[in-house]
Amino acid sequence: MSILTVQGVNKSFAGLKALNQVNLKVEQGHVHAIIGPNGAGKSTLLNCFVGRLEPDTGTVMFDGNSLLNRRPHEINQLGVARVFQTPEIFPDLSLLENVMIPAFAHRDGAFKLNWLPRIDGEAEIRDKAEHILEDVGLADNRSDHAGALSRGDKRRLELAMCLVQEPRLLLLDEPTAGMSRADTNSTIDLLKRIGERGITKIVIEHDMHVVFSLAHRVSVLAQGTVIAEGTPEEIRANPKVQEAYLGGAHL
Amino acid sequence: MAPTVSAIGGSARTDFIFMMLFAAAVLTAPFWASFIGAGYPDLLQKWAIYGLFAIGFNILFGLTGYLSFGHAAFLGIGSYAAVWSFKLLTMNVLPAIAFAILFSALFALAIGYISLRRTGIYFSILTLAFAQMSYNLAYSVLTPITNGETGLKVIPTDPRILEELAGVRNTAVAPTTSLFGVEMTGYPGFYFCAVILIIGFFIAMKIARSPFGTMLKAIKSNQTRMNYTGFNTRPYTLAAFVISGMYAGMAGALLASTDPLAGAERMQWTASGEVVLMTILGGAGTLLGPVLGAAVIKYFENIFSAFNEQVLNAMFSFLPEVLKEGAVAVAGLFVGEGWHLTLGVVFMLIVIFLPGGIMEGIRRVHKLFKRSDGSSRSGAAAESA
Repeated sequence: MSILTVQGVNKSFAGLKALNQVNLKVEQGHVHAIIGPNGAGKSTLLNCFVGRLEPDTGTVMFDGNSLLNRRPHEINQLGVARVFQTPEIFPDLSLLENVMIPAFAHRDGAFKLNWLPRIDGEAEIRDKAEHILEDVGLADNRSDHAGALSRGDKRRLELAMCLVQEPRLLLLDEPTAGMSRADTNSTIDLLKRIGERGITKIVIEHDMHVVFSLAHRVSVLAQGTVIAEGTPEEIRANPKVQEAYLGGAHL
Repeated sequence: MAPTVSAIGGSARTDFIFMMLFAAAVLTAPFWASFIGAGYPDLLQKWAIYGLFAIGFNILFGLTGYLSFGHAAFLGIGSYAAVWSFKLLTMNVLPAIAFAILFSALFALAIGYISLRRTGIYFSILTLAFAQMSYNLAYSVLTPITNGETGLKVIPTDPRILEELAGVRNTAVAPTTSLFGVEMTGYPGFYFCAVILIIGFFIAMKIARSPFGTMLKAIKSNQTRMNYTGFNTRPYTLAAFVISGMYAGMAGALLASTDPLAGAERMQWTASGEVVLMTILGGAGTLLGPVLGAAVIKYFENIFSAFNEQVLNAMFSFLPEVLKEGAVAVAGLFVGEGWHLTLGVVFMLIVIFLPGGIMEGIRRVHKLFKRSDGSSRSGAAAESA
């Protein structure tokens, strides 16, 4: 069963066609990678799923709900979380607070005037946050200011912030960019582990090592159009993909 | 010990101690303030009232990061509402405060709803525009309500319905504000303001330590992330705006309670700017900072502006005549009418050398002590303040 269905999506910026009749089906529980050269429209497509951009035409359906004409927080409340290309975290707050805040959104909804209890008395949310911080290997830094983290750690923190919400669809925009090989491998392990929880994931990635160790399906985007779709093996063998994506180099 | 508490602000125990110390310091102010020449009710009342105003302003500016340049409008609205309560209902201050809070909340809801559609400088300009609009309306078309330039006053023949019903309305003497018979002037007036200040401080602390307060800090830190995390940030910022407007209205009511008159100049942009100065001077985003900032500014306003040539001559009398004249001339620029110059210099020094305000200064001194001490006793009270 597909959890996300994208049909005939077009998006132009001042005459430049960024997305051209994009179709995409993402199966429940799968890791679906979107690859493609720079400027192919990968991030634009992702922005159409989270309310940052509205497509000119086309439909985006998530589990029976249209994701169009909705504000970002409404889409998140439907169960879609996103990791950004440049980590979006709360730099002035501690790591623990960074992870507790999304847990509140998951429990209390988009707004709650919850001013009477102390935040350190919210044991359930705190335990959940600490647990996730351990999962991503940041538990020892829980009292640090998030702004002081390295770029790779910020990404891991942002991932923790998304995971604590138990999303049904997780969008990852280059989750391992800027990470060392060791960090990349530990992130792959982490993503594999959360795959076992049944979270569907869409991953935009340049690192083929990451794509081929995680993805069930791969869509290749070039100049705003999906030029190929299939299993990693099919994609690896596809001459059209090699031509468009790597200028003929062997994957 | 692992600093688990600092991961999410102060612990309940340090907050309790901090709260007790604050209450003790406020209630004993008449005693300790006399050592710095501030031990008289008029100034002490101003400390408490403007402290309250700044605490409320800090909930919006310090936590949420939205810089309102029009909060004096709510101060003025609170004063007018209070004086009308004195005129129409009773000279008791409690209904006056209730009405002031209600009306400032309604105005804050309307002004906030519109202004919060923008952020940053545009938000500040919108709030400034609304405040100036209120100020000008109070001077012109709203004269029947505000009594224009003269200001709204209580007079012996006011209806005061509740007093009339109780048969205690006296139309022969000028009425005075009271709390069930206790006149709200002098020290009783100060203690009344002090109790309200302590309650206001307690509520501000509750908010800062709550999930709601943490969401406000998160909005200041990264509003984009808040939206993509599933929060509708608009009601959060609006709630913060209305709460801080209610604090301002309450401060306005206290001004009217200690001196029952309300004038439009209370809403002028200089008054809005003053609360910004107080908050930044003390330390935006801290609990104690705004109160300290308000106290420093009101102290300067009252003490330095009272210095005159005679006082200066006495101060420099140890110098030879020629030097004395020079010193008096230079120092004279900074006192009396020129006290704003002193304030400006202090403000500049703070912003340049201590961007976190007085609270950052206290933290730095505290750190120095900790280092020279070598002890590991945590400064949780100072940190969480």
